Amino acid sequence: MSLLQRLYAPQAQEPGKGRLASAILLTVLAAIAILVPLLNLTVPADSAFHVPTYLVSLLGKYLCFAMLALSIDLIWGFCGILSLGHGAFFALGGYAMGMYMMRQIGDRGVYGNAELPDFMVFLNWKELPWYWYGFDFFPFAVVMALFVPGLLAFVFGWLTFRSRVSGVYLSIITQAMTYALMLAFFRNDMGFGGNNGLTDFKDLLGFDLQSDNTRAVLLASTCVALAGCYLMCRAIVASKLGRLIAAIRDDEARVRFLGYRVENFKLFVFVLSAMIAGLAGALYVPQVGIINPGEFAPANSIEAVIWVAIGGRGTLYGAIAGGVLVNYAKTVLTGVIPEVWLFALGGMFIAVTLFFPKGLVGSLPAAIDWVKRRIGKRNPPASSPLAEEPGQ
Amino acid sequence: MNVTGRASYSESQLYVDGVTVSFDGFKALNNLSFVVEPGEMRAIIGPNGAGKTTMMDVITGKTKPDEGRVIFKGDIDLGKRDEAAVVALGIGRKFQRPSVFENHSVFDNLELAIKSDRSTFACLFDRLDADRKSKIESTLERIGLAGERDQMAGKLSHGQKQWLEIGMLLVQDPELLFLDEPVAGMTDAETEATVELLRDLRGERSIVVVEHDMAFVHALGVKVTVLHEGSVLAEGSMDQVQNDPHVIEVYLGR
Repeated sequence: MSLLQRLYAPQAQEPGKGRLASAILLTVLAAIAILVPLLNLTVPADSAFHVPTYLVSLLGKYLCFAMLALSIDLIWGFCGILSLGHGAFFALGGYAMGMYMMRQIGDRGVYGNAELPDFMVFLNWKELPWYWYGFDFFPFAVVMALFVPGLLAFVFGWLTFRSRVSGVYLSIITQAMTYALMLAFFRNDMGFGGNNGLTDFKDLLGFDLQSDNTRAVLLASTCVALAGCYLMCRAIVASKLGRLIAAIRDDEARVRFLGYRVENFKLFVFVLSAMIAGLAGALYVPQVGIINPGEFAPANSIEAVIWVAIGGRGTLYGAIAGGVLVNYAKTVLTGVIPEVWLFALGGMFIAVTLFFPKGLVGSLPAAIDWVKRRIGKRNPPASSPLAEEPGQ
Repeated sequence: MNVTGRASYSESQLYVDGVTVSFDGFKALNNLSFVVEPGEMRAIIGPNGAGKTTMMDVITGKTKPDEGRVIFKGDIDLGKRDEAAVVALGIGRKFQRPSVFENHSVFDNLELAIKSDRSTFACLFDRLDADRKSKIESTLERIGLAGERDQMAGKLSHGQKQWLEIGMLLVQDPELLFLDEPVAGMTDAETEATVELLRDLRGERSIVVVEHDMAFVHALGVKVTVLHEGSVLAEGSMDQVQNDPHVIEVYLGR
């Protein structure tokens, strides 16, 4: 099997597994949500247990990436749709939240214009474009962070799935989609800040974004959102619909001839997945403080797919583990030897695809078995001395 | 050979009327006509390229006919419907290559196949009720896979996969069943068991079996339609067909 074929070959997880992993994941998320803010806010800065603020935001960022990975695993691992454009949905969600925070700046911008964001004043715009209406209002921005990615996914999916576009062709079109959006958002007259994007945010719902308290709450919210999305995805893949989308992944024609409209099922998971990605983007932007068209870069979407592949697709929790671990590795490696990172990422991707198609979490049980056997060999059980003797 | 007469038209299970399908000028089906009666079991044979698969594609909504009509139960035109709509009308199809869901258990394969609301949201909230469950269990008995109930379908033998796929059609409760080479690649014992299974189904619903294996068709002992170059070459009992000079010429004459 070629590398490419492997990417489209199903990686099914065995049913029943995952209860333990789910329990571990939810415990870890709860611990992060509670302990990290506590250690950041209440422990004095000179204590060994103090968690510095930059770490709080870094963790929050990783968890947003993990949520993006989760959304990709739902459609790739379970429905067999390899989207190489999920970064677009993430970025759109991010822009929706960014627009709200731009409006929150009010007259505190460089130009002190209460009506218009700085970049619009700079471009000599006289009034707010209609598509910025409503973004003064937080619930509206949250709804848009879900609705816009969902709508794009719906239109995109409706056109492609009905035409029965799949496999590599679909992946390439998703790349084109995110690339086209990147070019569009780079343009100043789109009204989203051009190549600078949206930044210089001051506060969210009136809370100062620079304060430790706000950052702690954002991290805890990300944990809760990720846990919620994970449980929702779990419920979906455990339902009859979940078994059906896995069946579509394995044999689409058979599902069609059982009388199901395959395109509707694909559309449902694709839209849902895009909305999760949008939510991840909306949580990401306040924690990193900027959103620009670079987030639409095709390479970003590919990177997110690599997290899922490395973590272990078709498991949900594997994607989350991959999103966090690979990004942690990225932080460490780019800090030490930045020029190596892309090679390391590419190398890991190829190695995992070829040798560990089940990814980290899928290969873990085998690895534990192997270690157990090694230990067993070193200390053979006393009860069976004959077993070790070569038969003569 | 044309099918005429209003009686067979309105009371038929399936009425294929002058269907022509061309692919880039090549006529895969050429004015094909035949009738399947309610409850009838029919065997369709023919050399490679005779149009057997295209015929099934047209009937099950995958391919649209260029000319002619396919009428189900006397008044339903299948030509305008897609695969899902055709299945909803009660037509099931087994593929040549056994296609079961290898990463699902045998039971789950039947659960996905069983007659139920096919809409997306219904599937999201669906819970298997007792009726459907007992129907799946009895079908498992019938296709001889009760012992493999919880096994992954991918672990079944080739013959067992074929039976599972037949079972997946049975739980859909179709009125008309298309079986494409149900005994291809089976051992003699498995073939025999399949003949038993199909004989058992006889009369319950209309079944069209497409086969290469002459011994198997003989063992079924049903009316045979011979296809050649996209149209019907001969029709009758296996003995009649085997002695037909046209059939002998096509099968042996070259």
